[in-house]
Amino acid sequence: MNDTEHRGSAGRGKNAGTARRTATRTGQYAALLAYLIFLAFPFLWLISTAFKPPRELGSIHPTWIPEAPTLENFRQAFEQQPLLAAAGNSLLAAAVSALIAIVLATPMAYALARYRNRLSRAATGWVVISQAFPLVLVIIPLFLILKGLHLVDSRIGLIMVYVVWSLPFALWMLTGYVRAVPPELEEAAAVDGAGRIRTLVSVTAPLLAPGIVATALFAFITAWNEFFFALVLLKSPEKQTLPVVLTHFIGTEGVTDLGPLAAAALLATLPSLLLFAAIQRRITGGMLAGAVKN
Amino acid sequence: MTLATAPQRSTAADAGRAARPRPDHGAWFLVLPALIPILVLSVGPLLYGIGLAFTDAQSGRTQATRFVGLLNFSDLFQDSLFWDSFRIGLLWAFGVTVPQFLLALGLALLLNLNLRLRWLARALAIIPWAMPEVVVGIMWRLVYHPDAGVLNETLRSLGLSGADGRDWLSGLATALPAVIVVGVWAGMPQTTVTLLAGLQSVPRELHEAASMDGAGAWRRFRTVTWPAIRPIALAVTALNFIWNFNSFALVFVLTDGGPGGRTRLPMLFAYEEAFRYGQFGYAATMGLAMVAVISVLLAVYLAGRLKGGDDQ
Repeated sequence: MNDTEHRGSAGRGKNAGTARRTATRTGQYAALLAYLIFLAFPFLWLISTAFKPPRELGSIHPTWIPEAPTLENFRQAFEQQPLLAAAGNSLLAAAVSALIAIVLATPMAYALARYRNRLSRAATGWVVISQAFPLVLVIIPLFLILKGLHLVDSRIGLIMVYVVWSLPFALWMLTGYVRAVPPELEEAAAVDGAGRIRTLVSVTAPLLAPGIVATALFAFITAWNEFFFALVLLKSPEKQTLPVVLTHFIGTEGVTDLGPLAAAALLATLPSLLLFAAIQRRITGGMLAGAVKN
Repeated sequence: MTLATAPQRSTAADAGRAARPRPDHGAWFLVLPALIPILVLSVGPLLYGIGLAFTDAQSGRTQATRFVGLLNFSDLFQDSLFWDSFRIGLLWAFGVTVPQFLLALGLALLLNLNLRLRWLARALAIIPWAMPEVVVGIMWRLVYHPDAGVLNETLRSLGLSGADGRDWLSGLATALPAVIVVGVWAGMPQTTVTLLAGLQSVPRELHEAASMDGAGAWRRFRTVTWPAIRPIALAVTALNFIWNFNSFALVFVLTDGGPGGRTRLPMLFAYEEAFRYGQFGYAATMGLAMVAVISVLLAVYLAGRLKGGDDQ
């Protein structure tokens, strides 16, 4: 309505318009700032807590910036829980499952993108539907099946579950990336006499490589972060993954144990944050590409 | 001949349709490596799980599992703890999904303007998105901590001394709101980025034309922006609702369902039933009940929304 006002009185209008625009901009920056604070403050607090000595953690007036920052919490974190072994378990499960998922999903994604038939529609439908089922309905039968195969409390069992669990979104993303490769390129190669395999290897694969890497890293991060399956399937302490081991810090903590807890949590997050930062743009692109034209 | 070995009951039926320009045999070789694990470890277990809901399956029992018909369902109907948990689950799912969407839409609209600091918002959005849920829970426990937490300290410095030593996560009245805030925080960035991608596909000319016609910001949003991002908004809220209703790790770490069951989401309840008490059959029934509720709500939501779109 301000707009129509300033159209009416052309003389003052320009100044009023500028003032209004400045006010709008200020409001927008204020809102953006509020968002930035909301997003950042818990993480900053985690970092702050991780570097605080016990004396400051017990203080009645905690400060944002540690007065005497220390690495002691990190040392203690490694002492209290087998973090290195847990990180090793997480790394193994995440890397192997991501690798297998990509090897299995890439050909199928190619088929889903290139051949449109009832099968590809059904597979896409399954990808969507499988997301709607609560994990408890999946894990109980899987637990019984794996138990029958003596794969409960086993790293292999966990990896199998992770592979199947990451297949839907790997398919989803990869299908999007394959669609982005024009079929005409492949047809041109075929016309030039390249066989099917050669076309795939020398034309399609190089174009697809960045998407495959992004999908693999995403699968890695998801498995690295995963908690529920690991909690249910792994019982022996020496096999447990990082998120499960982190929860062992919780519950009994006195105020001074918050330091090691924060330090361990911070360390566990770093790989995910760094990898995710590297692929963020590709991930959003891939998810949307998968979503188009289904 | 690949067709012959392919599972008949799946969707193989039309793979050999005569009208296809290209033969599909190659497609089968490509599909099978992923299809077999999906059938064996995803479709199969799900059907098995649905079947378990009609049995008395228990952990560590020597007798054979028996088919009990609808017994679990009638037990479930009379289980007041389960209904409490369901009610909390719905409160949580709505309480997280709605603010999550509104806040994400606001942020996406801001990021779509040419403001400075956009890069910072993008960078910060990575944190909740990439972080393990367990770490998100631990982090917010530190924020909410009665003594060493930043929330109480901030409230104190603002002169709200009533908050002194308040334990947000174990107060009967504050626990659920407190975990809902964490849920909103954790899911907002992903929703924002999705909505932002939708906003960026709205042609600028449309906005300029509407501006020329004297439409204010709200009218431009109503007539130009919203219709364009509506399908994405619909999909993203539906998916968020499902994920939130089925979420587990965040609340497990924050409160483990406490205090007194005030934050015991259906997934936590079913997990305890299955893996603390070993009631596999009963827990599977709960899982089915969750699927049923989600399906009904989503059907109503999507049907209503799609119809609403036709009216306009």
